Amino acid sequence: MADALFFKPIAELGALLETKTVSSVELTQGVIARTMAVDGRVRAFNSYDEADALAQAAASDARRAAGQARGPLEGIPVGLKDVISVAGQPLTASSKMLANFVSPYDATVTAKLKGAGAVIWGRLNCDEFAMGSSTENSAFGPTANPWDLTRVPGGSSGGSSAALAAGEAIATLGSDTGGSIRQPAALCGVVGLKPTYGLVSRYGLIAFASSLDQIGPLTRTVEDAAIMLGAIAGHDPLDSTSFKADVPDYRVEVKRRQGPWRLGIPKEYFGAGLDPEVSAAVERAIAFYRTQGCEIREVSLPHTQYCLDTYYIIATAEASSNLARYDGIRYGHRAKDAKDAVDIYFKSRAEGFGPEVKRRIILGTYVLSSGYYDAFYLRAQQVRTLIRQDFLNAYREVDALLTPTSPVPAFKLGEKSDPLALYLCDIYTIGVNLAGLPALSVPCGFTAGGLPVGLQLIGQPFAEANLLAMARVYEQAHDWRLKHPVLP
Amino acid sequence: MNYEAVIGLEVHIQIKTHSKVFTRVAAGYGQPANTLTDPVVLALPGTLPVMNKAALDAIIKAGLLLGCEIAPVCKWDRKNYFYPDSPKNYQISQYDQPICLGGSVEIELPGVARNVMGEHKRIPLTRIHLEEDVGKLNHFATESLVDYNRAGTPLMEIVSDPALHSADEAFAYLTSLRATMIYGSISDCDMEKGQLRCDANISIRPVGETRLGTKVELKNLNSISFVRDGIAHEIKRQVAVLERGGTLAQETRDYDGQTGTSQSLRSKEMAHDYRYFPDPDLMPVKVDEAWKEKLRAECPELPFPKQRRFVEGYQLPYTLTSVLVWDRALADFFEQAVKLAGQGKAQAVGNWIVNDLLRELGASKREFTELKVSPEHIAALVQLVDTGSVLTNAAREIFVEMFATGELPGVIADRRGLRAAPTDADELEQWCRDAIAANAKAVAEFKAGKDSAINAFKGPVMKAAKGKGDPKRVDAMLRHLLAAT
Repeated sequence: MADALFFKPIAELGALLETKTVSSVELTQGVIARTMAVDGRVRAFNSYDEADALAQAAASDARRAAGQARGPLEGIPVGLKDVISVAGQPLTASSKMLANFVSPYDATVTAKLKGAGAVIWGRLNCDEFAMGSSTENSAFGPTANPWDLTRVPGGSSGGSSAALAAGEAIATLGSDTGGSIRQPAALCGVVGLKPTYGLVSRYGLIAFASSLDQIGPLTRTVEDAAIMLGAIAGHDPLDSTSFKADVPDYRVEVKRRQGPWRLGIPKEYFGAGLDPEVSAAVERAIAFYRTQGCEIREVSLPHTQYCLDTYYIIATAEASSNLARYDGIRYGHRAKDAKDAVDIYFKSRAEGFGPEVKRRIILGTYVLSSGYYDAFYLRAQQVRTLIRQDFLNAYREVDALLTPTSPVPAFKLGEKSDPLALYLCDIYTIGVNLAGLPALSVPCGFTAGGLPVGLQLIGQPFAEANLLAMARVYEQAHDWRLKHPVLP
Repeated sequence: MNYEAVIGLEVHIQIKTHSKVFTRVAAGYGQPANTLTDPVVLALPGTLPVMNKAALDAIIKAGLLLGCEIAPVCKWDRKNYFYPDSPKNYQISQYDQPICLGGSVEIELPGVARNVMGEHKRIPLTRIHLEEDVGKLNHFATESLVDYNRAGTPLMEIVSDPALHSADEAFAYLTSLRATMIYGSISDCDMEKGQLRCDANISIRPVGETRLGTKVELKNLNSISFVRDGIAHEIKRQVAVLERGGTLAQETRDYDGQTGTSQSLRSKEMAHDYRYFPDPDLMPVKVDEAWKEKLRAECPELPFPKQRRFVEGYQLPYTLTSVLVWDRALADFFEQAVKLAGQGKAQAVGNWIVNDLLRELGASKREFTELKVSPEHIAALVQLVDTGSVLTNAAREIFVEMFATGELPGVIADRRGLRAAPTDADELEQWCRDAIAANAKAVAEFKAGKDSAINAFKGPVMKAAKGKGDPKRVDAMLRHLLAAT
């Protein structure tokens, strides 16, 4: 049986739209109906606006009828993580602090997607202010993993991965500060790409840790990721950290580049804590690449053991400052009974932020404090340089690194109540953010219990086209992408 | 005991740019509350700063004018503190690598008399850095409201070494700094609009002591006179405390210029920990030699060097130069007029500008830019007087009229019949002889050495000349005849 429309990849739907076999309104209606049917169980959305989505779809159909279709995303419903601004729509960061906030402007990626003809569909749940690895830190409740509703979808972009896996969107955007696109993609069996730092504008992305945050796509296929990346990448004068680089046609490059490549296996990423089923799936993927003529070489990233500490100093330091603006003065939650300005700060922030956000603000404030700055923040920046150097050293021998995305498959909701246990979910992904590199997660099988496993490919700076091509070679030789969760 | 004051000034000056320092919205003053805002100024979720190059140009130029070393890289830091006028609850500023280091401000202390040049000194600067201004809190009976129009206006902080030693020096420092910034078109420095704000760090120590005393920071010095008065008051207060055996607390005090009193705002214990760290949203900007050279070429001559040139080059008296050089437009006007009138006429040109032009300008309440007279007018008038075509008194009248109408002086002189009558030398001699003959007493006095006695003859001569006698010629003729008497 052919897939329902809402399970089809962008590339296929594009052909159907192009031949007017289906309209964008029909496709969008299908996605809305699917969402209505399943989201009570998946809870991937914080909010959606059906009327607005259908109006966008109708406008898309009108453009197509007038011969003004804008490209492969024309008429495709795309869901956005609720940390990416859409003019006139809520922007909550899954926080009580912004529960009633409506953003007056479009993020650059939103404007680019609209410009590419996409239908912006819904605000997707995440960990509060993107802080977490399970989407359990949302003030609006956790999202469930469509493959097993008692399990987490990963995080922080868990709404983005779950909605996609459940057929509630054709593609989604997430944000990745320490693995927040790749890990939920792995846990939900979809493709997730974190671009090189600076490739995609952060303007309109609620900042968690500015020097680590990147927006990226979650998609059903590698080709779809190439299409989405092509739409959102490129220099933005509104983001000083966005890079002035030429953006290749990823969709063409992903098919043109065939390898073989030299792949590095970092030995530090295959140690204690790695689930045996995940390990086995990744080993099989390594074996596949070998059969494709790729040279497989063990490499070392000797500073890996410092990644977690370095990350939690830099990320929390930046977050403590980035989140200072949520003070109850201009917008957002304001405590009702505050007496004066200082009281507004204390009460509004005490009421508006959840425990994980508070924990990170306190930690970040501490590491920046007078007398501690040199020992923590400055030292962490120095170690960060060493971590990046590890990767660059490895790239003298290999084109990319191959690792598991997450040490474990999706775990039970509520299972990891200790914050430190949750932080360990990111051990294979945070080094990439510290080093500013591109990386993607592509499905590489299932556990015996039917949970998806993800393979991570880490590339050289701005080598997204290579990375996507490598992933596609694997994807096309396997049929993991054709499986969909059956929701009870 | 004799005490010496040690003063360092922190001056904040708003840079005059079209848009704010990190976003495109307009910068300005006096607009309806919260209209000069956008998502970036209001720190809405997801917004990012982007550097305004014009602000960086301006501060580099300021640094070049003051002889600072310009850092090869402009780097940004966040200064974290909570206050409702600060939308992000951090201020983008520069912490450990300010864009300008060192440099100095040349000052002139009051001379012994108004027409004598005072002592010149160079007050060394510690640093100048760029940051963003904050909004403004307005307090009402039961609530406070914030206006973010000012937030994000480019602001530079100019920090002097603790090298000033009196209220007069501080006054001279600010006067000179302000003129420099106006000269460089960096700021209008209007203190009423908050474009220039000053805090002073003041301590005293016994004369001869080299260690610094306990420092008090004085805030809210919102006019240059208040700076002088506030510092003088604080020095007196500190001396009084020590004289009666007390100790000074390190604190911040608020000066009230209206009452001339100050009160403690906060003590050192309450000092902030600003948790500075490099702003990850902004990339460091390289400042290369070519960039600096381009800005250096735009740097104007400053008032003190100009004054030295005017004194030496044009042989102008100090009093004239001290009026002319402090306004760049006025000084330029003067030099253009001299160019037209001739180098030798510099003093006459200067006199017309300083005495008559400024008087009429003040009375008219017009701006200098709205002048109807040009350097050509001044040069033409000087020439009319110089050739004897118009006498000084008549020239004054002509000036008033040409200031009001913009007509050329020759036209006015002809229309009003103010040209000097071509006096016959014999006629003049006869008038003078008559006047001398009529006043033997004055002749005797003059002969006895009382020079002013000569004035007694001038009235009758002028009367005979019906007001059109050239005073110089009359004086010369009288002296000639008296010598022969």
